Amino acid sequence: MPTVAPLDLEGHVVGVAFLKDVPFFAGAAGTVHRLDHGHKTTEAHDGLLSLAYDEASDTLLTGGEDGKVMRISADGAATLVAETSRKWISEVAAGPQGAVAYAYGKTAFVRLADGTTKEFKEERTIEGIAFAPKGLRIAVARYNGVSLHWVAMAGSPVDLEWKGAHTDVTFSPDGHFVVTTMQENALHGWKLDAKPGAETRHMRMTGYPAKVKSLSWSAKGKWLASSGAPAAIVWPFQGKEGPMGKAPLELGTRGNTMVTAVACHPAEDIVAIGYEDGMIIAARFADSKEVLLRRPGKGAITAMAWNKTGRQLAFGSAAGDCGVVDIGG
Amino acid sequence: MTETSTQKPIPVTVLTGYLGAGKTTLLNRILSENHGRRYAVIVNEFGEIGIDNDLIVESDEEIYEMNNGCVCCTVRGDLIRVVEGLMRRPGRFDAIIVETTGLADPVPVAQTFFMDDDVRAKTELDAVVALVDAKHLPLRLKDSREAEDQIAFADVVLLNKTDLVTPEELDRIEATVRVINPSARIYRTQRSEIDLTRVLDQGAFNLEKALENDPHFLDQEQHDEHVCGPDCDHDHHHHDHDHDHHHDHGHHHHHDHGPSPIHDVTVQSISLRGGEMNPERFFPWIQRITQTDGPNILRLKGIIAFAGDAERYVVQGVHMIIEGDHQRPWKKGEKRETRLVFIGRDLDREKLERTFKACEAQA
Repeated sequence: MPTVAPLDLEGHVVGVAFLKDVPFFAGAAGTVHRLDHGHKTTEAHDGLLSLAYDEASDTLLTGGEDGKVMRISADGAATLVAETSRKWISEVAAGPQGAVAYAYGKTAFVRLADGTTKEFKEERTIEGIAFAPKGLRIAVARYNGVSLHWVAMAGSPVDLEWKGAHTDVTFSPDGHFVVTTMQENALHGWKLDAKPGAETRHMRMTGYPAKVKSLSWSAKGKWLASSGAPAAIVWPFQGKEGPMGKAPLELGTRGNTMVTAVACHPAEDIVAIGYEDGMIIAARFADSKEVLLRRPGKGAITAMAWNKTGRQLAFGSAAGDCGVVDIGG
Repeated sequence: MTETSTQKPIPVTVLTGYLGAGKTTLLNRILSENHGRRYAVIVNEFGEIGIDNDLIVESDEEIYEMNNGCVCCTVRGDLIRVVEGLMRRPGRFDAIIVETTGLADPVPVAQTFFMDDDVRAKTELDAVVALVDAKHLPLRLKDSREAEDQIAFADVVLLNKTDLVTPEELDRIEATVRVINPSARIYRTQRSEIDLTRVLDQGAFNLEKALENDPHFLDQEQHDEHVCGPDCDHDHHHHDHDHDHHHDHGHHHHHDHGPSPIHDVTVQSISLRGGEMNPERFFPWIQRITQTDGPNILRLKGIIAFAGDAERYVVQGVHMIIEGDHQRPWKKGEKRETRLVFIGRDLDREKLERTFKACEAQA
């Protein structure tokens, strides 16, 4: 039976992560909390907007209302990565070789480990950034599509066009696909190895009753789980064609509430599903079997993360009631 | 229900107006007055004049067209992001003020608060306040459509810098504003000085409150020669309701109700007045009108009397978005009639009047 170790914080939780098996909880006010032999805190920002886990260095990257990008290590130490004046850093991403991407307004920045910073200007506001799994390349989500930039090389970006506002972006772990969340209740995807301009390049994933705000690739990248419906919508990405012509899995369907966060297990084809009422379940792709991980709480689940072994799940909510679920308990 | 979803929606006031009309002055008045309220301010750029507030967010105007094939379904993406960010720390402020750029289109700003589910769940558009520079309005109307749109779309118009024009000019300017927008409340101001209760907490988009506060709503046809509109705050304490002769308001103005005395007004308003409506005809009609003419409709407001219905029904709309609800029981002795005003461009008055009349229960 899973057990829950609660941590009650004040206010909206933007993100959670495990660093060296220590659970971290980043609050919107700017304090980053951790449970490391007791409740400890780091004052990272005046207003924390964005968060990314950097797997390579086992650290956290955060962006704030104070215009700062910070890196937080497992011992809670925070170091300044970049600073602008009075701009909201609403996007951060962690890349290979210590590279950090962040954006404000219409400009994306990539700060390399040697301290040099590259700038990438867009015509519209940048709403999401992701690093490609291979090579030093970023995808930038903006109005009417995505721009792909090679960080080290000068040259024009590859434009992935699709009409509408794209609010976030992710690469599939194998690098074959780029998927965005949209202002409309939909995802849009591109097959990068299809010819530019080909109709087969596009993948439209629609039918959501609400905006999709949480995406998570499964362990081997064969599935993409998403929020935005009364169930977790899990799209198959096994073949070259991605999910086209195939129905997604609908896991953990509930009649009276919506899925607000998803997090795929690091090893198994299982997804943790967090709901608007604070409940969390785990569901298996193969047979849709469900296990209750946490009963409803005070606020909508806003963030979840597994530890490396997949035994523990950290979660946070819009009302501040956080915790760690131990599924092996 | 979760804690967050039961929070009262945060009121949002939108300030529009051309560069130099006095937006920042009004904003600083709102922020500095001793009302005990805390505001979050969203500006397009930090201007030359400082804004004295702890919580100011800069955002770049970012218009989104929705992918639903409707050209007028536009929202402001930057506001969606900023409001979402602000609402994650709701304890810091009691209300939000959006100061737009001089050239901003107010429609996407307002529609953001209706069309985006997340924004709509947490905030409530209170009113659109337009500042008009009395001295420069005629010129503005000549060279830009935005100035006209801002007036046409406003709930409250501050006719500012009145000290820079003669009383005759001012009357003419006010008449022009009234032609563009017959349902707005117009106040004459200097240096944006105004009793803030006339600007804040208007509930102009709140169906329950909006028309209730406004006993003269849509009355401009009744007061044909009364250009200062619903409840202007200058001198005319008593006007009788005898409309067969001109009455004196204590200020002089042109009795001109055709096209504006300034020939640069492209916005028109159409007021409809009728008896009790048949809901089975009225609802399909208003749906059809807003679907087909939505792109041309900037605002619409109305009070509907339905035959056999004990309650007043109120509607309001922006382009193709329309909302309606029962408001309150008809009062004893209150005249059960239907009144609607459309503000827009290229509206077919004859068609609207004819098709509206056909919805009457007696028709």
